[in-house]
Amino acid sequence: MRKTLLTILLALSATAAHAQQPPAPTSAPAPGAPAPSGQQSGELVVDVEGGQSAPLGIAIPVMPTSAVVSTPAGPTDQLGAQLTQIVTNDLKSSGLFNPSAPSALKAVPYPEVTAPTFDYWAGAGASALVQGFVKANGDGTLTVGCYLYDIAARTELIRQGFVVPPSDWRRAGHKCADMVYTKLTGEGPYFDSRVVYVSETGPKGRRIKRLAIMDQDGANHRFLTNGQSIVLTPRLTPDQRSIVYMSYVADRAGGLDRPAIYVYDLASSRQRLLVPAANLTFAPRVSPDGKWVLFSKAVAGATNIYRVPFAGGDAQKLTDTPGIDTGGSYSPDGTRIVFESDRSGGQQLYVMNADGTQQKRISFGGGRYATPVWSPRGNLIAFTKMAGNFRIGVVSPAGGNEQLLTNDWQDEGPSWSPNGRVLMFFRSGRGGGGTADLWSVDLTGVNERKLATPLDGSDPAWGPLRP
Amino acid sequence: MARLTTTLTVAVALIAVAGCAKKPPADLPPPPGNSGPGPGSGDGNIVPGSRADFERSVTSNTIHFALDQYDINAESRAILDSQATWLARYPNVAVSLEGHADERGTREYNLALGDRRANSAKNYLAARGVNPARISTISYGKERPIALGSDEQAWAQNRRAVTIVLN
Repeated sequence: MRKTLLTILLALSATAAHAQQPPAPTSAPAPGAPAPSGQQSGELVVDVEGGQSAPLGIAIPVMPTSAVVSTPAGPTDQLGAQLTQIVTNDLKSSGLFNPSAPSALKAVPYPEVTAPTFDYWAGAGASALVQGFVKANGDGTLTVGCYLYDIAARTELIRQGFVVPPSDWRRAGHKCADMVYTKLTGEGPYFDSRVVYVSETGPKGRRIKRLAIMDQDGANHRFLTNGQSIVLTPRLTPDQRSIVYMSYVADRAGGLDRPAIYVYDLASSRQRLLVPAANLTFAPRVSPDGKWVLFSKAVAGATNIYRVPFAGGDAQKLTDTPGIDTGGSYSPDGTRIVFESDRSGGQQLYVMNADGTQQKRISFGGGRYATPVWSPRGNLIAFTKMAGNFRIGVVSPAGGNEQLLTNDWQDEGPSWSPNGRVLMFFRSGRGGGGTADLWSVDLTGVNERKLATPLDGSDPAWGPLRP
Repeated sequence: MARLTTTLTVAVALIAVAGCAKKPPADLPPPPGNSGPGPGSGDGNIVPGSRADFERSVTSNTIHFALDQYDINAESRAILDSQATWLARYPNVAVSLEGHADERGTREYNLALGDRRANSAKNYLAARGVNPARISTISYGKERPIALGSDEQAWAQNRRAVTIVLN
């Protein structure tokens, strides 16, 4: 795989460097541009708590190109239309924006990208305007410009340019959407990210499970294993070069299934056994610095949590109970671990230091609590709660403020978006035809969405924001 | 259902025979002591000490568990006793104990629970005189249900430990 680095060019200097042709991003309109009477001088802001009930109207007309050039990703005018669709879909999927269909908006001529016709847009019913352009560069790369305007205030809020190899063209759209989202909500970006999960097909009693990776929006989907062995619970490493997961690869000698933890290298497609053991090992989780992998090992019916260097080597035991301790997840600073244990009878959540000391229970509600995942922001822990239905919820690391976000028959295995605002999980249906699908929900418990995958899906793990 | 099971048993028997044809066991196991082989039309080729022989001879190859439990109840003890008797007769045969859970648990916990159930059965067989070195365990968690419904009856069938003869 070729190394493809996305360059983020900040604002003015960036566009100047790359746009010898118009739209030479002259200068953004002066901040003091006259605001229409009655318009508050306050900035355009999207409230992430209340915004779901009244999404912000935003116009994203098709991005023009300076000249139609054929590229490995397609002609630049088509790319402009497709990039506009990506920005539109991303913003819409957050539930905080209500973009008009790009095709329903007026065509924006290339020179108008940096000089929007505010009079026209003021009558179009949107509060914010995103314009952009696509340009093929002499060195084979593409430049995508992305501009955000406050229509009522007639001001430019932010602009960024992205230089990408044609193979990474979609990422420029996600970066543009991230710029708009971040500027208007104050939240961190998350659209330019990937998801690893388990693709499922076949009868319930004999599911075929394959490791798969895709962009956050379902694009660039790729199967990584062939389905001969059951694979479970993948996680992307923080550097996004590898995936740790559990597989029932058959033993060479006897042909017996040997469930164990493997590391899959995305560049080479090679995998290595992480923990050689005769015992069942599972539930791998990588530390934020990428140096350690937490895992669970079952010995004579008791399951405890261990850690092993990512490179392999001697494992160190962190918990020691006769019950089942599993499902560890590091805090973002790497100093603590949340895990589940049935030491009190049923599954409950516990927090301990990264060395296993000071184990303390944090869940006390009715029912069982499982699959804890520490938010990338550090302030919340997501979990699966089993009390009748299986539901996704969040609780503070100290144990307070429990909130349940979903309520379906069987929701399981939450995973945080890179900015800690969205949770992805899988939802299973009942009976022999019961399938599993990937879903996401906003931290406030609204905007439930089913993700489109080629087959069924389970065990999603959202990777970090791409650099 | 019953017919399906019969067909499967015959298929397994044929595979077992095919496997053994190439490589006969070093020493012949003693003939079954009690009740004798059912000389039914299809059973004639079952090799003593084989998986098919085991499944024909024991009360059941499967024991069941209560919700989120792994203790061996009276019914399971009787089943495991019959397995222990057969295993005593064929001391060179190795078995794998597969632990399973129903779908109403989280994936990783169910892997651990399946391991607990397999070990529970293993410990019982060991207590009945079967050398634990002959018994390997594997957990499939909720990955391989035998009953596909989503009701109490199906879940009860899926909470199980299955003894598989390895040969």
